[in-house]
Amino acid sequence: MEKNDMLINVVLFSPLVGIVLLLIMGQRREERIKWVALVSSLVTLAFSLVLLGAFDPSKAEMQLENLGEWFSLGNYTVSYYVGVDGLSILLVLLTAFIMPLAILFSLYHVKERVRLYYSFLLLLEFAMIGVFVAQDLFLFYVFWEVSLVPMYFLVGIWGSEQRIYAAVKFFLYTMAGSILMLLAILWMGNYFGTFNVMAIKAAVEAAAGTPQGAFPSAVTELLLFLGFFIAFAIKVPIWPLHSWLPDAHVQAPTAGSVILAGVLLKLGTYGLVRFNLGLFPQMSVTLAPIIGVLAIIGIIYGAWVSYAQTDVKKLVAYSSISHLGFVVLGIFALNAAGISGATLQMVNHGISTGGLFLMVGMLYERRHTKAIDAFGGVWKVMPVFSGLALVITLSSMGLPGLNGFVGEFTILLGTAGSPVLGVLFAFFGTIGVILAAVYLLYMWNKVFMGEYRAPVAEHGAFALAPAAGGGHEGEGEDVHAAGEAHGHDNHGAEGGNPYTPLTWNELTALIAVVIAAFVIGLYPRPFFGYMDASVGATAAELARYIPADATAQSIQAE
Amino acid sequence: MLDLGGMNIGATFPALSLALGACILLIVDLSVPKERKEITLALALIGVGVSFVVTLLSLGERSTAFMGMYIADAFTGLMNLIVLAATFIGLLIAYDYLQRTGMNRGEYYPLLLMSAAGAMFMASAGDLVTLLIALELLSIPLYVLSGFRRPDLRSEESAMKYFLLGAFSSGFLVYGIALMYGALGTTNLGEIFARVQAEQYVSPALLLIGTALLLVGLGFKVAAVPFHLWTPDVYQGAPTPVTAYMSVTAKVGGFAALLRLMTLALPTFTIGALPEVAPEQTILVHAAWQDTVAILAALTMILGNFVAIAQRDIKRLLAYSSIAHSGYLMMAVAAAGTFAVTGDEFGTPILSLSIAEEALRGALIYLAAYAFTNIGAFAVGMAVERNDATGTLLDDFAGLGRTQPLLAGGMSIFMLSLIGIPLTGGFVGKWFVFFSTLNAGLTLLALIGVLTSVVSAYYYLRVIVKMWLEYGEGEASAPPRLTGAVAFCTVATLIIGILPTVVASLAEGVTLALLR
Repeated sequence: MEKNDMLINVVLFSPLVGIVLLLIMGQRREERIKWVALVSSLVTLAFSLVLLGAFDPSKAEMQLENLGEWFSLGNYTVSYYVGVDGLSILLVLLTAFIMPLAILFSLYHVKERVRLYYSFLLLLEFAMIGVFVAQDLFLFYVFWEVSLVPMYFLVGIWGSEQRIYAAVKFFLYTMAGSILMLLAILWMGNYFGTFNVMAIKAAVEAAAGTPQGAFPSAVTELLLFLGFFIAFAIKVPIWPLHSWLPDAHVQAPTAGSVILAGVLLKLGTYGLVRFNLGLFPQMSVTLAPIIGVLAIIGIIYGAWVSYAQTDVKKLVAYSSISHLGFVVLGIFALNAAGISGATLQMVNHGISTGGLFLMVGMLYERRHTKAIDAFGGVWKVMPVFSGLALVITLSSMGLPGLNGFVGEFTILLGTAGSPVLGVLFAFFGTIGVILAAVYLLYMWNKVFMGEYRAPVAEHGAFALAPAAGGGHEGEGEDVHAAGEAHGHDNHGAEGGNPYTPLTWNELTALIAVVIAAFVIGLYPRPFFGYMDASVGATAAELARYIPADATAQSIQAE
Repeated sequence: MLDLGGMNIGATFPALSLALGACILLIVDLSVPKERKEITLALALIGVGVSFVVTLLSLGERSTAFMGMYIADAFTGLMNLIVLAATFIGLLIAYDYLQRTGMNRGEYYPLLLMSAAGAMFMASAGDLVTLLIALELLSIPLYVLSGFRRPDLRSEESAMKYFLLGAFSSGFLVYGIALMYGALGTTNLGEIFARVQAEQYVSPALLLIGTALLLVGLGFKVAAVPFHLWTPDVYQGAPTPVTAYMSVTAKVGGFAALLRLMTLALPTFTIGALPEVAPEQTILVHAAWQDTVAILAALTMILGNFVAIAQRDIKRLLAYSSIAHSGYLMMAVAAAGTFAVTGDEFGTPILSLSIAEEALRGALIYLAAYAFTNIGAFAVGMAVERNDATGTLLDDFAGLGRTQPLLAGGMSIFMLSLIGIPLTGGFVGKWFVFFSTLNAGLTLLALIGVLTSVVSAYYYLRVIVKMWLEYGEGEASAPPRLTGAVAFCTVATLIIGILPTVVASLAEGVTLALLR
């Protein structure tokens, strides 16, 4: 294991190396800056794949760890403690996978303050990976809060019209939650005499059998649980703490939305599994039904509101609330199926919704509008793009054979079999799946199918001309040429067909998403394999706190 | 070191050398021509440098001088380093500003050094009388400096206001000292501790009133609510480099005195006998003054942060922000009022001041981070300010991110540090202060502290929004000295944030073991 000691540090710090490279490059070298950023993110991806290779799926505990003292004062030591287990390894991989996609998309679309932009993206990557690998509460909090800053600037500087409002709201909302977590962390550090997550977890587990429990009183445990839970619930977001999300998503630049949906929201769900389930098993069992209800409300509310949107990006944003409701439901099913489904669904949602935001971004770059009504018949002018978008939409919907299905199905299975939630929760979850099909197909139908609708200015001229591109099998030059030709035929005026074909980088990003969706959808076993041991250990630990009669009842029910 | 008739003058060298330097500078400056004031600046910087070296050399020592009236220990050493660093930066950023606003008169520099020496004496006060003298040495030059932009009315008003209220608060302090002496028959902090613990006082009421008056007097200095009313006007009216310097040094000095007084003399001041402890049992006991300080802290945090939201002027905003930060520091002072009593095997109580020590360390780290952050923020404000003292509105920061990325970047880091975002010094300071507050059993106070931090994020972010997210002229004059100082403060803020060991190891040596 000696040689793997530094591996996790390499993964964690490689984005920082990228930032340093960007900073020492001249401001004028804008052309090169973006390539350096892209290469840096690909290097991180490569390293994280190496990390995955070094990971031993048969072990439940933390591995590839790195532990050192950061600083100490008085009797308290804060350690630099990083490591991965089955719960976090896939999320590290997801982060490393999403970031190159975001950068790929940005290559030709971001032209302002390029160096600053890519520096913030890489800083964000550093902070997000840090959250997933940190195993010391202090270190975790540092990464958690630091991830706020680059996102704030990404929304605030490169966002759309309401960007300042959205950025400040995002910052304040998230900070309000996390500051309570800070208090809880400080309390835990004082009480247990360490900030080391594994040590605290061991202490909690050791106290499981005793009548007193690990905490001085149930009220204290409840308050501490809530300190963590509210911070994570805001980040996820769990209904009713979601109101920052539509604003931030809609105003963020495309890459920002992709990362926000793809990874940043998972910081919250990951935190729920790692800290709420890990450190407060008793309280998790007690509160699971209440949180389950919140999750169900989120699933249905998110889907419902999605359907009512007239803005594509907002629709996708609200769909996140619905999808993450599933993840929360799976987590608080408190059994192996639920938690592993939820963990896989975190990855799936990152891929699918990240893909959806890429799709919206590509549409926006072409039309400069996000209103659903403005689109129509895109299929006819951009068949390849539409095909890829269809796969992504279907994966988000949970069509069997694609990734979303595997996650949602496992979660519902876990929920139905859960001694704390049960069949009724699974029933309402299933309604959410149906609603997802409704709003996503509605969106698909409006945007891609139907009559081809040109931009409003040339509406009259274009509505009558079902683009010749529709008949082409291939995307690319000929479609573009067709569009051009139309422009000339009808007006000889400016613009022509706004639907320029996909550039190579857009195509690459979408294809990567689609491949990932198929791989997980068709062959999910290795992904479950990575997490099984750790999830099993977590679920076994939780099972000790679930009253025996509840378990018996649920078995009878089955 | 040097020992004259048991006086041990050597221990006082760090502060003494600075005061001497100021006196020499006052004379030398007479022969420096008006257009060559950079010589005075250079000499002043050398004076600070000498004092810095002396402080560093004597850092590990623990001794007293003048029969216990002067204490030199790790606390003094760290406080001195903070004051000297702030003075150095304060001198650097002042020069070009004074030059371009036509205020570059030689007495500026010696006055600044005098006041710095006062702050250093304050950090080493081992006696209430020393404390009072040091306070005056700190304050009087600041009254003069506040009116430095004469005949500008606002500046004169600021000086007048500061002087009147300062003198008033000194009155409280003197009266408090008198009552303390009346109650205990001594003004020595260590002696007070011993007599309070042995309950050798005339009446607890006298002692209580004396403590309250001392709190009022020092509360004025550190701008704790409800004694903060002078702060915004004085901060706004005084020339900006003076405000920058004052916002740090006066606060460091004031808190040095407050922390010394509360942790060295009165940490175990309770009315009535200690509660019974069973053998092997530990209970937390709260000093009689703790609730009062905790309420002051809460009020200060709440008022400072909420009123800051309404400010449109960067100097007033930073004034209210500095009030708010006094609140966080007061929280540490309040935490120092908790001590643990453990029964030994026979049930005899043993006192432990480890919580107070922890609070003291936390406050020191907080002050170190605050000093660099705040003076840096004022320096950027100074760059944006125009020669006629206008240009201090938040709107004047619009577009700074494009025209002056370095200044704007520094300012952003200062703002994030004031909010308390990790990897900046402000976070580390808050972390330790909140931690000791929780340890002291003041959960509600800590809760108020974290919630008001969220409020503070709102107005600090507005500065960042102006600089980076809005469009504007972004005019600023950034001479190399000022830019260098901002860069230095930025680096210092980040270093304290990323490698807290640097200050934590210095603070580690701070103990409450009394020097006898």
